[in-house]
Amino acid sequence: MAKSNKPIVWGPFAAGGTVTAFVTPVLIVLTLLVSLGHLPDMLTYEKLSSFAAGWFGKLAILVIVVFSLWGSAHRLRITFFDFGVRSDTLVATVVYLAAGLGSVAVLVSLLRL
Amino acid sequence: MSERVVELEVLRYNPETDREPHFQRYSVTCREEWVVLDALNHVKEHQDPTLSYRWSCHMAVCGSCGMMINGEPKLACKSFLRDYEGVIRVEPLAQFPIERDLVTVIDDFVAKLKRVKPYLIPKHDQPVSEGEFLQTPAELKRFKQYTLCINCMLCYAACPEYGLTQKFIGPAAISLAHRYNRDSRDGGRDQRQEEIAATEGVWECSFVGACSEVCPEHVDPASALQQVKIASTVDWFKEHLMPWSKK
Amino acid sequence: MVEKVSGRRPYFREVPRTHWFLRHPRYLRYMAREITCIFIGAYTFIWVVGIVRLSQGEAAYQAFLQTLKTPSSIVFHIVALVFAIYHSVTWFNLTPKALPVQLGEEFLPDGVIAGAHYAAWAVLSVVILFLAGAF
Repeated sequence: MAKSNKPIVWGPFAAGGTVTAFVTPVLIVLTLLVSLGHLPDMLTYEKLSSFAAGWFGKLAILVIVVFSLWGSAHRLRITFFDFGVRSDTLVATVVYLAAGLGSVAVLVSLLRL
Repeated sequence: MSERVVELEVLRYNPETDREPHFQRYSVTCREEWVVLDALNHVKEHQDPTLSYRWSCHMAVCGSCGMMINGEPKLACKSFLRDYEGVIRVEPLAQFPIERDLVTVIDDFVAKLKRVKPYLIPKHDQPVSEGEFLQTPAELKRFKQYTLCINCMLCYAACPEYGLTQKFIGPAAISLAHRYNRDSRDGGRDQRQEEIAATEGVWECSFVGACSEVCPEHVDPASALQQVKIASTVDWFKEHLMPWSKK
Repeated sequence: MVEKVSGRRPYFREVPRTHWFLRHPRYLRYMAREITCIFIGAYTFIWVVGIVRLSQGEAAYQAFLQTLKTPSSIVFHIVALVFAIYHSVTWFNLTPKALPVQLGEEFLPDGVIAGAHYAAWAVLSVVILFLAGAF
């Protein structure tokens, strides 16, 4: 029995689960405030774009978004399997592609800021 | 001593005469302190000698009497009648083929146990003249919990991933491999990794945790599996990103 | 695997692939934990779009902020927050199982490891809220 290559997707999943556990709730609160009409200072165009212009801002946004996407993607793949969807290869391709596209979009945008 | 009439609804299956399993009801006068196994023994002795089931120690150490009691994987010798009301449904352990009545086919599990090499593989040949292996209490404590498995297979009955993928090596087998991997006297981890780091090894696990919830010996197989996942992931990245590093 | 000894005919009980989790509350709790990824993933895409719009200039970003101010957005945020917190709680509670810490002979109690995560989570959240100017 050959050793699996699952670690290549499980590693990012574990990192993503940890990142989202620590950070996603407070981020949701921030944008919830936006949706309720109260714009937190940091989310104004000026503040956010200058934060994203710096290397720390880029790194923070990239790490949080990319790992959140990959963690969610892998778990979604398992969830489809648990719901009885047998075509794992198709599901894996779709979810990882979505995470990949999201990651690239964020990276490209950050490089332009 | 107080008595109580208990209704048992037992799944019967005779491979020689039945197309499908079917329930049979037994009314048993039981002592208050009895367990389900006592009730089954009473049925077999006084009402229906054809009822088949495995049991041995009657004290939760042999792992023989695992069955589904009201839909929950339990040891029949550890299921107290006083904890149940109404009709008690007794079925063979879930997610295993039924051999006959409450007896399941356990060949799959036994084969998987063998595959993980559940024995000490010393790091190097240690002849008797070299003396005993030395092990500190701390080194023992590192794996002690995972030695408590009695191979009752309740975890396999509870694990939904085993239900969906029969090839999954499963909680008990992987926990047993982990027990030897964590033993300071052992040097066989690489060999066991070939089995437990395969797709049908730990990677079918999605940390449902049902295995640990039903384990009668508090082995906590779920924890073993997550630790194996992390160790296997670290291995993988070391092997692929730093191929020059020795294990 | 089963030899053809006369009389043996094992019966296999099928597992319902699409609704096995309805059989017990512990499986429902597991599926609830798993589907948190749908909400967390969807929410993260809001940030993806936001960052993309941010890079496209002020007008694009303002328009993006406006799309957040709808009733359905508020509802989604609240639902997503509930699922995100459920993910955090289940994640922190399970971390001690995956990363046991042995000090001397004894292992650190699960509660200590999980508790440290909860504390860090609380501090980090307050700090982020403060730095973001939420209050």
